[in-house]
This record gives sequence, structure tokens and C-alpha cells, in this order.
Amino acid sequence: MTMSSMQRVLTTLGHKEPDRVPFFLLLSMHGARELGLSIKDYFSKSEHVVEGQLRMLNKYRHDCLYPFFYTPLEVEAFGGEVLFYEDGPPNSGTPIIKKKSDILSLTVPAVTETACLVKVFETIHALKEKVGDETPIIGVVVSPFSLPVMQMGLSAYIELLYEDPGLFNKLMAVNQQFCVAWANAQLQAGATAICYFNPMASPTMIAREMYLKTGFQVDTQTLSQIQGPTAFHLASGNALPILGDLAAMGTAAVGVSCLEDISALKEGCRNKLTIIGNLNGVEMRRWTPSQAEKNVRDLIAAAADGGGFILSDNHGEIPWQVGEETLQAISNAVHKWGNYSQE
Amino acid sequence: MIHSNSELVTAFSAKLLNMDRLGAEEIINNSQKNNTPLQIVEGLVVPALEEIGKGWEEGTVALAQVYMGSRICEELVDLFLPPSSSERSSQPRMAIVLLDDYHALGKMIVYATLRASGYELQDYGRLTAKELVQRVCDDSIEVVLISTLMLRSALQVKDVKTWLLAAGSQTKIIVGGAPFRFDPQLWKEVGADEMGATAGEAVTAVENSMGVVA
Ligand code: B12
Repeated sequence: MTMSSMQRVLTTLGHKEPDRVPFFLLLSMHGARELGLSIKDYFSKSEHVVEGQLRMLNKYRHDCLYPFFYTPLEVEAFGGEVLFYEDGPPNSGTPIIKKKSDILSLTVPAVTETACLVKVFETIHALKEKVGDETPIIGVVVSPFSLPVMQMGLSAYIELLYEDPGLFNKLMAVNQQFCVAWANAQLQAGATAICYFNPMASPTMIAREMYLKTGFQVDTQTLSQIQGPTAFHLASGNALPILGDLAAMGTAAVGVSCLEDISALKEGCRNKLTIIGNLNGVEMRRWTPSQAEKNVRDLIAAAADGGGFILSDNHGEIPWQVGEETLQAISNAVHKWGNYSQE
Repeated sequence: MIHSNSELVTAFSAKLLNMDRLGAEEIINNSQKNNTPLQIVEGLVVPALEEIGKGWEEGTVALAQVYMGSRICEELVDLFLPPSSSERSSQPRMAIVLLDDYHALGKMIVYATLRASGYELQDYGRLTAKELVQRVCDDSIEVVLISTLMLRSALQVKDVKTWLLAAGSQTKIIVGGAPFRFDPQLWKEVGADEMGATAGEAVTAVENSMGVVA
């Protein structure tokens, strides 16, 4: 029996094998290319993103809709600046927290009244009207623990984290309140689940002991207040040493890096966490169709058995430079090699 | 002489990993009795930073430790090997830049590591490819270190290379940053001469290109 994308994803999240391997092509900017718009124009209206997402769902026959705009959207909500490019994702501009004491006057934006966030709610709402319960709609938030990188810059944030626990806690309180409201409003608009981006939790960024003392507490509290299923995405940061900690937080899935061994990840996650990953997005722009097919096939062979696996890129966003031919080849390969009953 | 004293290197990197500036300073002070500044840099600081960089690449050391460690070393080395010291190597003539990108931390770490390793170099901050080529030519830079975090920025190294060649420049290009770590062939594709996966490897890459420049 052929399952709907929703049934397929729910089955794998329950650590059972669905009809075929579910796959998420986490495409954001490529919608602009579909519509012949610049990246900046594309993200200026929810109608564009709705149209772009639906066209790509149809074209690549994958298993989710991804109403993700770009992570600096959240600093935009706090009054920050966003820099757009013709050929890549928007970046956050000058930090809104210029000196540490600025944290004391930081206030939580009202999510349902902030124009840039409302665009996302409208997008999710319109997508939900179109697909109902057939296809999962994945909302996105940045963890309160990672957001400060864009609010104040990475080096200033590392110094705050190690040297000023008082102000760190203050910043976490503001960000947490924002994150919970932002996630729940997306769920209310029709998102099926929330992808919770938090590369700062990764041992690539900070040592596990430090994470357990700081971000772990924040994330545990935040996730418990999000009223829907979550996936914890490390945005291609390493995961192996903290898999147990992530499972303990009650998240359903983890986005993992291609720089770690997929078999070890599979063992660490089995029956605890669903793996999302881990095709190398940066390298993908050079793949020929046959390389794409081989990489997909190898990944399925290593990680798909028993369910608990959603094939995807390892960052949570496929780079602008990856062409349509490669994306088609990935899709064809999953449809060809991802059938569970074949084995 | 501390050369090849691996116990001392391990002790020193442990202090850095714990972000224990005073402890690290004490080891340096004790070593100063029997070693010249350059011996301390080459026998203690560089190997420790290399070890930390390797740990980061292998996933046992976190970025926060790499960053704080490189900063501590840069400060400590400045104390006994001041920027104006004739013992610092200002050869080859070098500059470091963040190429059309807003993520400065990688560049900061590499800069601090090279300075802690006894090199002097110019910090160009953030420039576009065009601006960079102009500066490199104006300053007769022999080795330029380019850091990027975004893929679109990494791809612009191609333009830097093309325009440098067109200007008749022989400047060596060393690249680094996340896109080059994720795609190990990218540095060649964009026409760089060397790539470093960690800040420690930046030191090796500079040494390699010195051989070529000399
Ligand atoms: C943490 C992280 C985040 C955090 C913070 C990022 C930040 N610094 O601002 C958050 C969640 C905010 C984030 C957001 C985004 N991110 Co991000 N993120 C990461 C992650 C996990 C680590 C990046 C980091 O800061 N590393 C720390 C720095 C210091 O490391 P580094 O640059 O590699 O430098 C080291 C070495 O490479 C070397 N080195 C550096 N420069 C040089 C130079 C020379 C000459 C040499 C020899 C060596 C050298 O030394 C350094 C220390 O050892 C990486 C993936 C990864 N595993 O690396 C993705 C990554 C950088 N992100 C990426 C992207 C795209 C984004 C977004 C644009 C996504 C979006 N659409 O919104 C946003 C933009 C954010 C912004 N600032 O505006 C991509 C960039 C590549 C690409 N696809 O274009 C990456 C590589 C993920 C991927 N695999 O694709 N991200």
C-alpha cells in the first residue's frame, strides 16, 4: 500500500519501516529560482513562498513542505538588520546587542504582531489549506541558546557564556519566551512539527560539560513548552557525544552531520531518535547524477533499516548552488532504492 | 631546551583547554629561564595550538576552547615577543582577510594563532574580492590568507585568483573555513595554493608557501 507523506513520516518516527524511506529536500531559496525572482523579492511575500514550496513538492516528490525563510528573520523580529545576496542565504548584519549591558533592555517581540513573522504564519496557513494532513509542514525556530550568535556575534557570545552567567541567564530568559511563542504560533498556523536549530549545542561549538551546565537546561525547558513534536537540528555540527542528552530532552529526531560516521549515529539513535540527514550539502553542487544516486543508495543502506530515518541534507538547507538535475537525481534515487519491501 | 618536551606541551594545552590563563602564563614564565622566546613559541605554543586544532577536527575539543586558547596564547606571546620585536618573522609579507562574509571568528582565530606562532601579518578585516586584489597589489603581499564561512564567499576566491593573475601578481593564496572543510576539493577548484582545516594548519600552510615564495 502506498502511504501518504504524513503516514510515512509518522511511521518512521515511531521507529517502524514505512513503504519507502521518507526524504526531506530542505529547499528554501530554490523557490525563488522556480518563480524567477531574486531571493530578496521571493521572501518579501508569503504568496511567493507558498507557490515555490508547492511547485518544489510537486517537482521533487519529497515528503515535506518547508516554510523556512532564513534564520536572521528572528533577529529581524528583534529589530536587527538582514543582508540579502543574489546567490546565497541572507545573513544577519550589525549585531543588535553591541555591548553586554544592551541585554538588560532587550524586550520580547510580540510574535503575532511582528510583520516579518506574520509572513511565515500566513505561509504555513496557506500551505495547510492546500495539503491538509497529507504532507507534513515543518516550521523552524532557532534555539534560545544559538540565537545570540546573530544577536551579538559569536566571539562576544562565547565570552558571555564563559564569563557572565548573570547576563547569560537574562538573555536566555528573553530568548526562551520568544522561541516558545514563535514555535507555538507556527504550530497553531498549521505546522506539523518544529525543527529546532541549535548548532551551539554541538560539541563542535562547545564542550559537552559546558553545554550540560548551560544550554541543556535552557533547551529542556524550551522544548517542554513547545506544544508539538520537535526535531533537534545541529546544522551539520557533530552530535555523537550528546545523543543521549538529546534523547533525554524528549525531542523526536536529530539532524546530523556528514562529518560523523553514519553507522555510529544509527547505533546511537536506534529506537530513541529519528535521524535526519546526512547528505553533504556543500559538496552536492559538484555531484553528477550518478554520484548523487550512489550517495543516496549508500546512505539508505547504512541508516534506513528499522525506520527512525528521514533522508535529507546535513545542514537543514540545500545551498543555492545545487542544481535541479542533482535534486532530481536524489529524488529519483530515493524512489528507486528507498522501497522497504525490496529488501 | 623545551624542544620535543611533549609532557610540557600537554600540560600547557590542558591549561589552555581549561581557559586557565594564569596557569598557562606560569608554564611560559618557567620556560623562559632556559629558552629564548622563539624556542618557547616553536617548542611549546605552536605544538599546543596544533594539538588543540587537531582535537577540534576530531571532535574532542570545542570551538570555544580553540578560540579562548588562541586568544590566551596571542596575549602571552605578545608579552615576551612584542609586535615590534626583531625576532618576529615578518616574512613572507602576509595579510589575512574575511572575503565578502560577515563571520569573523575563523579569521580572528587564525590571526591570533599566527601571531602566537611568532608571525606578523596585516589584518584587512572584511573586503570584497575586488578590494582585496587592489590591497594585495598595493602592499606587495606575498601570501594572502582568506577565511570564509558561506559557500558563496568561498566561491569568490576564484575571482581573486583570476584578477591577481591578470594583474601579474604571484601572491600565494591560502584558504580556510567551513565550506573548505565540507568539500575537500573546493580549494583546488577555486585556484588556491593551500588550504588549512584548522588554525594550526594555517601555520603549516604558511611554512609550505614560504618555501615556494623564497
Ligand atoms: C554554528 C553555526 C551556525 C550558527 C552561528 C553561525 C555564525 N558563526 O554566525 C547559526 C545557527 C546562527 C547559523 C546560522 C546560519 N548558518 Co550556519 N553553521 C554553523 C556551524 C555548525 C558552525 C559555524 C561556526 O561558526 N564555526 C566556527 C568557525 C570559527 O569555524 P570555521 O569558520 O570553520 O573556522 C575554523 C577552521 O575552518 C579554520 N579556518 C577558518 N578560516 C580560515 C582561514 C584560513 C586561511 C585557514 C588556513 C583556516 C581557517 O580555523 C577555524 C578554527 O579552527 C556550521 C557547520 C560546521 N559544522 O562548521 C554551519 C554553516 C557555517 N552555516 C551555514 C549557513 C548557510 C547558515 C545560514 C546562512 C542558514 C540560513 N539560511 O539562515 C545562517 C546564517 C547566520 C548568520 N550569521 O547570518 C553553512 C555555510 C555554507 C553554505 N551552505 O553556504 C554551514 C557551513 C553549514 C553547512 N554545512 O552548509 N549557523
